[in-house]
Amino acid sequence: MMGSSTQAYLKRHVAPLLPVLAAVVVGFGVCGLIALWVGLSPSLMFTQLIKGAVEGPQLAETIARAVPLVGMTLAAAVPLRAGIVNLGAEGQLVLGGCAAAIVALYLPAPDAVRLSAAICAGMLAGAAYAALAAAGEIYAGVPLLLSTWLLTYPAKGLCGYLVRAPLRDPLTAWPSTARIPVGVRLGHLIPGTPINQGLLLVAIVAIAVIVTERRTPAGFELRLRGLNERFARYGGVALERQTLGVMLASGAIAGLVGAIMVLGSQFRYTDGALTAPQYSWSGTLAALLAGGEPVGSIVAAVLFAALQTGGFAMERSVEIPRVLTMVLQSVIILFLAMRGAIWKRP
Amino acid sequence: MTFTFFNATFFDQAILGITPILLAALAGTLSERVGLFNIALEGQMLVGAFAAIAGSHFGGSLQAGVLAAVAAGILFSSLLAVGSALLRGNDIVIGISLNLLAAGLTSFLLRTLFGVSGTFSDSAMQGLPRLSIPGVDALPLLGSALGHQNALVYLSWFLVIAIAVFLDRTPWGLRLRGIGEQAPAAIALGANATRYRFIVTLFGGAMCGLAGLQLSLGSLTLFSENMTAGRGWIAVAAVMLGRARPLAVTAACVLFGLSDALGLRLQGEGLPNQITDSAPYLVTLAALTVAGLRRRRLERITT
Repeated sequence: MMGSSTQAYLKRHVAPLLPVLAAVVVGFGVCGLIALWVGLSPSLMFTQLIKGAVEGPQLAETIARAVPLVGMTLAAAVPLRAGIVNLGAEGQLVLGGCAAAIVALYLPAPDAVRLSAAICAGMLAGAAYAALAAAGEIYAGVPLLLSTWLLTYPAKGLCGYLVRAPLRDPLTAWPSTARIPVGVRLGHLIPGTPINQGLLLVAIVAIAVIVTERRTPAGFELRLRGLNERFARYGGVALERQTLGVMLASGAIAGLVGAIMVLGSQFRYTDGALTAPQYSWSGTLAALLAGGEPVGSIVAAVLFAALQTGGFAMERSVEIPRVLTMVLQSVIILFLAMRGAIWKRP
Repeated sequence: MTFTFFNATFFDQAILGITPILLAALAGTLSERVGLFNIALEGQMLVGAFAAIAGSHFGGSLQAGVLAAVAAGILFSSLLAVGSALLRGNDIVIGISLNLLAAGLTSFLLRTLFGVSGTFSDSAMQGLPRLSIPGVDALPLLGSALGHQNALVYLSWFLVIAIAVFLDRTPWGLRLRGIGEQAPAAIALGANATRYRFIVTLFGGAMCGLAGLQLSLGSLTLFSENMTAGRGWIAVAAVMLGRARPLAVTAACVLFGLSDALGLRLQGEGLPNQITDSAPYLVTLAALTVAGLRRRRLERITT
């Protein structure tokens, strides 16, 4: 016989996970059916997917991929906890990466200063761009949901233009900046793997977000607003200021991820290279999966990173397009949202 | 100078820019009026664009493409209808995941069905033929834009009027608006809210399918990944700007279509396309901001 405390524990911590598990099963089922429909073997697909995510050196690849993905997940999770959707993290990421590359290449300063300045520039660029959207909602009532998404296109356009004309490295075939010198890069954290010091930066952000969300008044107000916005206003939360703060934080995290990708693994800003892995897409879905709760979001992000890595291996070995893993991620969230689990109607 | 800048090609391009946004925005208008926030327009359009190409390639005719686009739009929107209208899930989360699902699914099918990534086109495929309206097509400057377009363009104009009349002048339109404004009251009077929401969502799916058809078979005959490029979101903005009134929403769509054409025109003048491509998004954001500031000022005066 179970003790009542065990039962309470199960009810509190395990029961909410059941719909998520069901959704994951449905997601895999749907993808299996799609694979069957186009004439591919689901069992082969799934074994390759899982082996490709965790076997041997693939595990390091998954961890390396989890770093930017966890970052983008936190960028989505922080506003989501307050019921705010930032769909523009991709634009903030691109601007952050581009700003970091410019500072890392052209700031006349010693290497260490340049590196720190580049990281700060990335965060500032992302934060400023997100703040623009926040100001639009606060002063003119332009919904963030719409403005953040629409602002991604001009950001990508601007950076794409910069690396084609004024900042173009004429030595490469791609529209990209010059190569960032070795001293201004984020070094390897574990030699022989693609894991770089960006991991530490994202870990610091993750801890800061978790602690803020759980242990500070700001975090309490964030959760309060997520649960009931009108009550939060009635309880004295300054919603406008909170919107601005939340978007600044979210944009800064996205910009930081851009800086980490440029300074830690790509070593130049190349048009389209930051958005190609679709970290902001996966990040948004991972944050939605956990309703913006930071620890849950991070766990989901690591799982999605494993899916992405496994997807590459699957594509290489059995020639199933890896974009199927994106379908899998969206189906999981769609199923949860349709069931009305996690999120209630606003 | 101004005359050559705003030439017949400019207005023709504007109509091409307006049509897909208008069809999607009309779908969004009906949704908004029945009390559903439909942000999945983008995804439904993308699915329609892909299905149009797949249908006309495998079916071997333009008709098959049209049919596939409408069917796919309806089928895809049925997910929204079940989740949002029937099960009453959070329509924003459903919308976001549907948009991402559409992008992933079309990219996946592009690779598996056609064996290419990026763009697929087939020289044997036909685009929608242009039909001339005698008299109108001979007008100076606007002749080609207004009188020499494909059937879908004319259909979109007809739908503007039809939906405006339907909403304001028919008992079904009245019930639909009632459900959107005061659902419990409408239900108490015997309107079936779920049925209205379901039908509106599926009809919207068909219209978004047509919007996608216009993108992939309207003037070009190709599908490329994410070719909707935010047009569904611009349509959502148009619904907001026009406060879900069909004629005002249409005016907003015309504004966005003109800015699209203006961007293309400036590109022709030598401006880099990475910058000019941003024009429709910036104009949309500027319009939302100006409208928002004006509304706030009016609110301050009246209260």
